[in-house]
Amino acid sequence: MKVPLSWLKEYVDIDLSLIELSDVLTMAGLEVEDVLLVGLPNPYEQAGAPQRREVSIHGLSWDPEKLVVAQIDEVMPHPNADRLVLCRLNDGTGELVVLTGAPNLFEYKGIGPLAKPLKVAYAREGARLYDGHQPGLVLTTLKRTKIRGVDSFSMVCSEKELGISEEHEGIIILDDNAPTGMPLVEYMGDAVLEVNILPNMIRNASLVGIAREVAALTRKPLRKPQTSLPANGPSIAGKARIQITDPQLNARFVLGMLEGAEQRPSPYRVQLRLRLAGMRPINAVVDATNYVMLEIGQPLHAFDYDVLVKRAGGQTPTIITRAAHPGEKLTTLDGAVRKLDDFTVLVCDTAGALSLAGVMGGLESEITPATRNILLEGATWNFVNTRRTIFSQKLSSEAGYRFSRGVHPALSSEGVKLCLLRMAEWSGGVIYSDLVDEYPLPAADVKAEISTGDVKRLLGIELAADEIAALLGRLEFACRVEGDTVFVQTPPHRMDIGTGVIGRADLAEEVARIYGYDRIPSTYMAEELPEARIRRPIQVEKLVRETLARLGLQEVINYRLTSPEREARLTAAQPEAAQPASITIKNPLSPERSVMRRSLLAAVLDTLEKNARLRDRLALFEVGPVFLPVEGQPLPDEAPRLAMAMTGVRRTDAWDSHDAAQLDFYDLKGVVEALLDSLHIGNVSYAPAEHPAFHPGKSTQVSANGVVLGVLGELHPQVKARYDFLAPAVLAAEFDLAALVEASASRYEIQPVPVFPPVLEDLALIVDESVLAVDVEAAIRQGGGKLLTEVRLFDIFRGEQIGAGKKSLAYALSYQAADHTLSPGEANQIRQRILRRVEQAVGAQLRS
Amino acid sequence: MGEDVNILEELDRVQQKGLDALASVQNEADLQAWRTAHLGRSAPVMLAFTRLGQISKEMRPAVGQKANQVKVALETALEARAEVVKNASLRQKLDTEQLDVTLPGRRPTLGRLHPAAQALSEIIHIFEEMGFQEYRSPEVETDEVNFELLNIPAHHPARDMWDTFHTTVPGTILRTHTSPGQIHAMRELCPKPIRVILPGMVYRYEQTNASHEMQFNQVELLAVGKNITLGDLKGTIEGFARRMFGETVRVRMRPSYFPFTEPSADVVMECFVCDSKGCQVCKYSGWLEIAGCGMLHPVVLQNGGYDPAVYSGFAAGLGPERIALLKYQVDDIRNFWQNDIRFLEQF
Ligand SMILES: [Zn+2]
Repeated sequence: MKVPLSWLKEYVDIDLSLIELSDVLTMAGLEVEDVLLVGLPNPYEQAGAPQRREVSIHGLSWDPEKLVVAQIDEVMPHPNADRLVLCRLNDGTGELVVLTGAPNLFEYKGIGPLAKPLKVAYAREGARLYDGHQPGLVLTTLKRTKIRGVDSFSMVCSEKELGISEEHEGIIILDDNAPTGMPLVEYMGDAVLEVNILPNMIRNASLVGIAREVAALTRKPLRKPQTSLPANGPSIAGKARIQITDPQLNARFVLGMLEGAEQRPSPYRVQLRLRLAGMRPINAVVDATNYVMLEIGQPLHAFDYDVLVKRAGGQTPTIITRAAHPGEKLTTLDGAVRKLDDFTVLVCDTAGALSLAGVMGGLESEITPATRNILLEGATWNFVNTRRTIFSQKLSSEAGYRFSRGVHPALSSEGVKLCLLRMAEWSGGVIYSDLVDEYPLPAADVKAEISTGDVKRLLGIELAADEIAALLGRLEFACRVEGDTVFVQTPPHRMDIGTGVIGRADLAEEVARIYGYDRIPSTYMAEELPEARIRRPIQVEKLVRETLARLGLQEVINYRLTSPEREARLTAAQPEAAQPASITIKNPLSPERSVMRRSLLAAVLDTLEKNARLRDRLALFEVGPVFLPVEGQPLPDEAPRLAMAMTGVRRTDAWDSHDAAQLDFYDLKGVVEALLDSLHIGNVSYAPAEHPAFHPGKSTQVSANGVVLGVLGELHPQVKARYDFLAPAVLAAEFDLAALVEASASRYEIQPVPVFPPVLEDLALIVDESVLAVDVEAAIRQGGGKLLTEVRLFDIFRGEQIGAGKKSLAYALSYQAADHTLSPGEANQIRQRILRRVEQAVGAQLRS
Repeated sequence: MGEDVNILEELDRVQQKGLDALASVQNEADLQAWRTAHLGRSAPVMLAFTRLGQISKEMRPAVGQKANQVKVALETALEARAEVVKNASLRQKLDTEQLDVTLPGRRPTLGRLHPAAQALSEIIHIFEEMGFQEYRSPEVETDEVNFELLNIPAHHPARDMWDTFHTTVPGTILRTHTSPGQIHAMRELCPKPIRVILPGMVYRYEQTNASHEMQFNQVELLAVGKNITLGDLKGTIEGFARRMFGETVRVRMRPSYFPFTEPSADVVMECFVCDSKGCQVCKYSGWLEIAGCGMLHPVVLQNGGYDPAVYSGFAAGLGPERIALLKYQVDDIRNFWQNDIRFLEQF
């Protein structure tokens, strides 16, 4: 909400600086997001200004020497330019001639001295202004120049040049009572506070609302505008009737009347305030409705009374409020034909719909230049229906903003009365002395209570009941103290206070706000500490991530939202196969992000692809959930996964070595082995995998104790071809994190460090090509028994010497006993046992 | 007799001459030559031993002793000099093996955790030290837990605060905040006291731009007990800010609004980028918003199974990416999920 300071001061005395005022409001929950200077000096640019900023202040300050109120006494034609005029102007120090092209002066051109001089904002040479001819806000200094042969060193200003609005069509014409020669900043300099209105503080979306808070916070009286109608006007009796169909939709409806209004612009002072508050001035009648809405928070709507009478066939018009009928339509003020929903509330008459209640008026009964008699509506609308209508019609308006958050019914009559007074002042006319007021659903008279114990328990401060009552009293709560308890009646402008235990919390917040959050001492919980719980999945996940980073993989975190097409890239062999169901977004921002991912590997591969050309070597991993729909349940299984992918060279080039060897299956497998090792997962087995994403000969399923943990391997060439990878191979793995957690050991045995030296021996075994390394090693271990402490494959050889279809596997073995040094005889025995065993099991021969 | 006395003096001279010559020896070869000349078979001191027989009986022990002294002195000096010469020549050799120490080293590949994960774990770690334990809850949620049980009924104006992704399953949404975890934690742990952190990914139906993401992490704090006050909340948040941003940081709690807390507050911290003098990061206000928080709303306590007349508690929510954004002055939040390796490698 934009709050012009000068307007605010009408309702409360403010002796705080701009910075202090902003701080006071912000610390009470009315955050001043920034302050726009419209003329007033910037407190941060003055001598002795605080170093530390508390609020953002920007805008244009008007130099009192250079910008003054002046009067134009005559508008003369320019001797050689049709689109320019010369103004005979008095700036308080004397008479001079000023050149301008302002179209709104042309009506005065050449008519001789003006009977009523025009008051204008006059800028002298050297004034700092915004350039009216450039888009946006460009600061410029007014310099002496020659335009069409006439000396020009000063000018009359538009709103844009003064930083009031974007308006640059004509110059500002001030109200007649503006004193010639007065510095402009003194006459109309202002500052606009941009106050963020919290959803529960809609009562403060008005000047009086903000002023009430300032008054409470600074202990000043609030000056509410006077709203009594003149008693000598005609009576509205028999002029209009109201029929409320459903009080739940329309708790109150008030009508007032003004006869004989003239359609003319509002005084400049009013236009300026509307502009500063962010609204566009229209004419005195419409401006009055907007002005009063900004002033006290009650949106109002003016009907052309004569149109209503005509629609009623010359009879007394009846205003009917009701929900829209199925298929009903209405043409609104903006010219749009709107199809209405059954939750939309309408203001109608006997001839049909007139307006979208609380949101926007209809075209037909709109105020026109011909309107003389005005029927003024002030009503209260159900905020849920208003809100749904705004969403459904995609129509936001100042009125809708307020009604969709809740306007107190007490404001209906106040708003109508105040608006009639303002209208009569600015557009003339006679105010009817009374109102038609239907109020079938009176606002709840909320009674709440709060005790000193509540304040202590919720806020941690000790306040006496009287102190609590005094704090609440400043916000117009009617308080009665009984012992330790304050009984409270809610003032007739707010609807945010509950009853019972909720009311206690609501009041505690009001006490804290006015007392000051800053003054509440910081403490640390004295409460007993809850029992600590072990969260194994969280611990293991952390260990997995840290281990992989230590192993040289970069963690990535992807969007969980993806598209079925992206994920389908991973299922190579059967592209036509039906995709499994995903959690699908009903309102996706883009087709690219329309489902929750089912595959973490797909996400990591996307990232690998994006970065593939940036690095010679890439190794990435991600840990996170995939979302698997569960038949018959609204919520999916959020299964935690680990995915890894790597590609490129094994070692990046150094200045003295250029090894082009590429990462392959065994690099990724090594990472997996190290990871499983760090998790102390034993009994791991690797079996060939049948997985559509992987090369059938270069992939493996990893299990521990027979439970599948995941799969790793080289991407299937057809899958790889769907990505943009230059490297010959892409290695990838996906693991079930829950299975890793389950298999990981939180406790494990360690072996004592050996005291006696080992016997070291190398054995090269020739086996058929088809024999798996895992089987050879198992046979060696079986043969070696407990004294064989280490088996390490260090070479594989193929060649003529050993025959075709054969390979030689070379192992480094350690034999060791815990209690003595093994003798050569003992070592030989172990060796013989191993050789017998490998021959039996895998047909291995010792290579001599 | 007089001649024998002269021999003693002669030996002194031999010693002095030898030491003088040794002082100028610079290398191994000179060292050998000196040894031959001063300690070799025909060196003067050695000749003195062979000539001992020619010396009078009375003087013989004195001369013998003297010759021995001179020999030991020369040998000791030789050893010392040999050490010096050896060190000097080693140094000379090492000097020829000079590397260009400015050439780059051979680096093992360093993996890193994602910056958002780093920020998240830093925050979690601080709260763990303060007695909060990690608790997780689902990312796909029901409207009921995400909104209604948190005191945000359908069509409530407060719903504007969260633009929501709906799934095609009616009543099922992507959680818009970590707050539904409050309900899950309370319902699981009631009536025990609670002190947990709820970290995780949340989603907003919002066009992404430099400062808005449709997916981001949140960390929510939840404490429930019989004597927890707004002052406790203040103390906890300030304690966090000091650990996270430094001992002297100025933190302020100011009133705000969340439907599930009452009273509610925003936590702002002085802008460390500009020292509160005003900059683009703090939008020239001098303040940075770091958290939203408040005392648990009675309705929320009730929905969690706790009697609001007996129990109280607080909740607070922080954004790890936003904190990382501020800390490292990243100008575009979209960097986090774009996963450009050139961004990730800098953390
Ligand atoms: Zn700053």
